[in-house]
Amino acid sequence: MALLEVRDLTVSFETEDGVVQAVDGVSYSVERGQALGVVGESGSGKSVSSLTVMGLTRFDGNARISGQVLFDGQDLLTASDDELRRLRGNDIAMIFQDPLSSLHPFYKVGHQLVEAVRAHRNISKAQALDRAVEMLALVGIPDPRRAVDSYPHEFSGGMRQRAMIAMGLINDPKLLIADEPTTALDVTVQAQILDLLQRLQRELDTAIVMITHDLGVVAEVADQIAVMYAGRIVEQGPRDEIFAAPRHPYTWGLLGSIPRLDQPRGEALVPIPGSPPSLIQRPSGCAFHPRCHYVQEQHKRVVPALEQIGENGAHRVACLLAEGQRSALWAALGAGASPEAARVAAGVSSEGAPVAIEGKEAG
Amino acid sequence: MTNATPTPLVQARDLEMHFPVRSSPLRGRSAGAVRAVDGVSFDVFEGETLGLVGESGCGKSTTARLLTRLLEPTGGSVSFMGQDITHLTRRELLPLRREMQMIFQDPYSSLNPRQTVGSVIGEPFVIHGIERDDDKRRLRVQELMEQVGLNPEHYNRLPHQFSGGQRQRIGVARAIALKPKLVVADEPVSALDVSIQAQIINLLRDLQSELGLTIVFIAHDLSVVRHMCDRVAVMYLGKIVELADADDLFAHPRHPYTGALLSAVPVPDPQLAKLRRRTVLVGDVPSPTAPPPACRFHTRCPKAQGRCSTDEPAMERKDGGNLAACHFPLTDAELAESLPTRAA
Repeated sequence: MALLEVRDLTVSFETEDGVVQAVDGVSYSVERGQALGVVGESGSGKSVSSLTVMGLTRFDGNARISGQVLFDGQDLLTASDDELRRLRGNDIAMIFQDPLSSLHPFYKVGHQLVEAVRAHRNISKAQALDRAVEMLALVGIPDPRRAVDSYPHEFSGGMRQRAMIAMGLINDPKLLIADEPTTALDVTVQAQILDLLQRLQRELDTAIVMITHDLGVVAEVADQIAVMYAGRIVEQGPRDEIFAAPRHPYTWGLLGSIPRLDQPRGEALVPIPGSPPSLIQRPSGCAFHPRCHYVQEQHKRVVPALEQIGENGAHRVACLLAEGQRSALWAALGAGASPEAARVAAGVSSEGAPVAIEGKEAG
Repeated sequence: MTNATPTPLVQARDLEMHFPVRSSPLRGRSAGAVRAVDGVSFDVFEGETLGLVGESGCGKSTTARLLTRLLEPTGGSVSFMGQDITHLTRRELLPLRREMQMIFQDPYSSLNPRQTVGSVIGEPFVIHGIERDDDKRRLRVQELMEQVGLNPEHYNRLPHQFSGGQRQRIGVARAIALKPKLVVADEPVSALDVSIQAQIINLLRDLQSELGLTIVFIAHDLSVVRHMCDRVAVMYLGKIVELADADDLFAHPRHPYTGALLSAVPVPDPQLAKLRRRTVLVGDVPSPTAPPPACRFHTRCPKAQGRCSTDEPAMERKDGGNLAACHFPLTDAELAESLPTRAA
């Protein structure tokens, strides 16, 4: 049994402007000691889906949640607040992008760590403090005996992030949800944190859900990848397969948008035209169709299901193009063809005519 | 760039910006200074894109504000188009302002929420008394909107009606309105979604070749810098530690700090990620109020020796042509293991 299994999760929020369909039928599972990378841009639903796993959206009176979130077989969506409180910070921990907003500015770092332990364990303050020092040392904070007596503002950004990770891991959680944990950090500090997370995953068998917009980060830490767009998973599979043979035009777009250090300095990047859609008025059919170079008339009406491709069935994609077309398109793109040239080479009709023009914003 | 030595558009010499730190905000006793920029020299040549990279607190944004004289340096000099502008007054600077413009990181906070886009982009014309006729100015602004990929019909819209990428286009349109010689772009794409970043990067590159702009491009994302820039200066704790043509810098960084930066960048290629050995720096950047003596990087440098804490290394030409301030520059053998490039 998977440690975490999310089944058909749907989250919507009632707002003044209309209903925001933030997460729309998302399913994934994470095994013990494995890392799942959830990739997407702002508004893709990647953060809301994990906040919901933690039960952090249930207090929003305007939220409508359905589906199942099974942790060790127990459905967290129907668990009582007390049950959730016992799990959070203990079996399941979460770390965020901004450590200042998760550390209390008035209390010493050590005090906050001690509290995190004693909320779940019946041990003395002295024992809890020893544990705090041990965790700060584990995450690489120099002189941890002294660091427990510091206030968060006395730490640098990287140290705060490490302190928050220490707090998240202090009760040996089985699952760590990390929402853009390195986005606010400098690249050398990011490298330290990623190394740390990988070490913890190996040594403590912690499962990790890593939410990020950075394909480089998932390439380094994730075993499995889920790409989200407009509240849905559009592509999902083992990391190496997603990078070697991506099958969704949005994934291709993401890969084409980033300049890369590991490849020769190329000419112009190939951006995805337009902007991410509004979650209140999602585009009809395939939500990506207004930005897709390969759109067909039918794609504007039919909503694609997430379907298995390949033999082992681990790789799944929600795209209405035929698998033959997709592999021909990726082969051409991978060889350096422009989206237009790839479309011609793969024999994909231009009947849907991209709505957004290169460089211009749709709408 | 040509091989003839062109005259630099901008010359920075021993540029310094020390912000005083007061021990008490009320009594105002001085308690030292944050040495944000501490002796920086470089040239920016016409038509090139010079990248300034480094981590938070390295002084790259302060350097940008010194070049455009949004800040007055506490030491050294900066000249623009052959004129020393180090201590010019606001009034004296005004005519030069049309030739130097800035683009900022956050397109949300750099636009007045109550000003229509048309008037935001048209404002430089008003300030400099160009295109006084309202109808003509409107036409000019709409041309600009078209040029940066905005719909000219949205002239009367307010900033909140635009997406992040569109707002950054507004910032770009405003910056190029007066056809300046120099555009200083401070982290222009780091607040944008990945798919939108590429649109803005392409836009800047297109505009540069159309208008012959000189760009100083400040960013912490090394992949973006490599893509955009002809030459790159790497800063650490208020100093430039390495300066080279982009191809040289990324192919064979010589300063160990540059090497560590490059090796820290996660690469979207799982096979390569498994192969390379990453140099992970220990500790944090020291405080700019009391930077380490001699080579400022010696406290974190994997190659540091005794000499690095006593003799300050000068900027010198190293193997492959890079200028670097280091006693023990990286060798090709050391680079082979850690750099995120596939062996040919």
